[in-house]
Amino acid sequence: MSFILKQPSVLPGFALTLGFTLFYLGVIVLIPLSGLFVKTSTLPWEQFWGITTTPRAIASYQLTFGASFVGAIINGLFGSIIAWVLVRYQFPGRSAIDALVDLPFALPTAVSGITLAAIYSSNGWIGRFLEPLGIKVAFTPLGILVALTFIGLPFVVRTVQPVLQDLDKEVEEAAATLGANRWQTFRAVIVPELWPALLTGIAMAFARSVGEYGSVIFIAGNMPLKSEITPLLIMTKLEQYDYAGATALGVVMLVVSFVLALAINLLQWWSSTRHMNQ
Amino acid sequence: MNAVTIIADKDLQWKESLTTESVFVRRSLIAAAFLYLTLFLFIPLAAVFAEALKGGILAYVGSFLNEDALAAIRLTLLVASVVVPLNALFGVAAAWVIAKFDFVGKQILITLIDMPLAVSPVISGLIYVLLFGLQGWFGPWLADHDIKILFALPGIVLATIFVTVPFVVRELIPLMQSQGREEEEAAITLGASGWQMFTRVTLPNIKWSLLYGVILCNARAMGEFGAVSVVSGHIRGLTNTMPLHVEILYNEYNAVSAFAVASLLTLLAVVTLAVKAIVERKAHFPTIVADPISNVQTGSIR
Repeated sequence: MSFILKQPSVLPGFALTLGFTLFYLGVIVLIPLSGLFVKTSTLPWEQFWGITTTPRAIASYQLTFGASFVGAIINGLFGSIIAWVLVRYQFPGRSAIDALVDLPFALPTAVSGITLAAIYSSNGWIGRFLEPLGIKVAFTPLGILVALTFIGLPFVVRTVQPVLQDLDKEVEEAAATLGANRWQTFRAVIVPELWPALLTGIAMAFARSVGEYGSVIFIAGNMPLKSEITPLLIMTKLEQYDYAGATALGVVMLVVSFVLALAINLLQWWSSTRHMNQ
Repeated sequence: MNAVTIIADKDLQWKESLTTESVFVRRSLIAAAFLYLTLFLFIPLAAVFAEALKGGILAYVGSFLNEDALAAIRLTLLVASVVVPLNALFGVAAAWVIAKFDFVGKQILITLIDMPLAVSPVISGLIYVLLFGLQGWFGPWLADHDIKILFALPGIVLATIFVTVPFVVRELIPLMQSQGREEEEAAITLGASGWQMFTRVTLPNIKWSLLYGVILCNARAMGEFGAVSVVSGHIRGLTNTMPLHVEILYNEYNAVSAFAVASLLTLLAVVTLAVKAIVERKAHFPTIVADPISNVQTGSIR
């Protein structure tokens, strides 16, 4: 047979562990996820289209994707600065900060939600200084942006940081000895190296933000057409026993998530092939 | 100090000056990073505890000493005690097959394992409602046989397993891939049984990453909100986990109690990050001594 399904190996347990893995994934992930698509396929196309294109649904997409995008870009900028500072500079508290960067990832979303709402409300630690300036954060779309920026924070830092660590200083030295100033070296030598990782990090932050629920709902205000994100709209439909509506919107979100996951995989592949070519 | 070291020092300083920024740029960048982290990290972290202790230490402790809070804590511990061992077992099995064997479809398997990370928590709950709800695939059959999955413990456990499936396995795969297969192959060729090989070679090699994976999985299992919120039904004292209890207290304007329970979950997150930092330091060992000779040496010491 010219087509080999598995390379021979002396190691034991292949059939057992593969069997268990497939069974577990099948029961926990595959069957439930496919159920969503099967359920949707029972909906007539007109009904599916009708549910997913109501003004309320479209307003929620615009808000969810818009706020996620802006949040991801903000994290792209500040995440790169944080990664740079953590890798290149020595300062007190560096390793503690390095560990704390993952906090938004480890903190339960409900905790982030109520905390951000408390800080940015009109008598909160930050909100009270913004209120006199006429800036309202809590219970407005701006609050959603704050929450999504918070939860996206670790992604850019954690994708850019390892690339910066592996960056060969000799290339920068060469650029400098050839007469480039620091800014030119940064633009022509460092940025091209960081670019794939930076895009990957931004895409990951965006993907995480699009589906986020817990940290947003407490600070959002949740007004239909104004400050209602798509996951909340799905939740509302579920609470009204509108399973068809929840399922249709769920499929839209799921397809978007899959496309984003695919894009992230491609970016990572691009990033790793660039790395290998050196 | 002789002339050679002075020249070497100067040389080093000159080289470093080429690849770093001016003091002004350095300080500005550090300041920008600090400002951003203060707004989005330090202030929220401090605010959880400040809000929790607003009513004094008695009100803080009192937030835990009531039926509903204790029931929520018990349920959260129960869910984690079922979910974490299952996902740890799955993580070791899946990482073993992915890291140590070459087979067709491996990439698809990895993508499938990562899938729950890409899915919105609300959808992670929704899929179980569609399966086990009254209008779902198994709903009518379950109702006939009086088995409750949705709005009960099994539903919460299933949704939590779904959300936390990737955490252990993702910690293990890169480590086990980098460690290669030689040690296990040697154990087997020297006559070890599969179980002996696993407990004496594989497990000692992966224990630190496994520990971190388990702790991360535990933190996520205890803290999951969206998915559990969909499947739990919010029945007080029965199907309320700690995050759901936080939500209820907050919506009842009982901020002190909400933040008190939240502060427990925050401590859990901080401990998780501390363990991560320790494990990362420990994990440098196996990667540095990855050359065959020192492996033999450490092996004989064991």
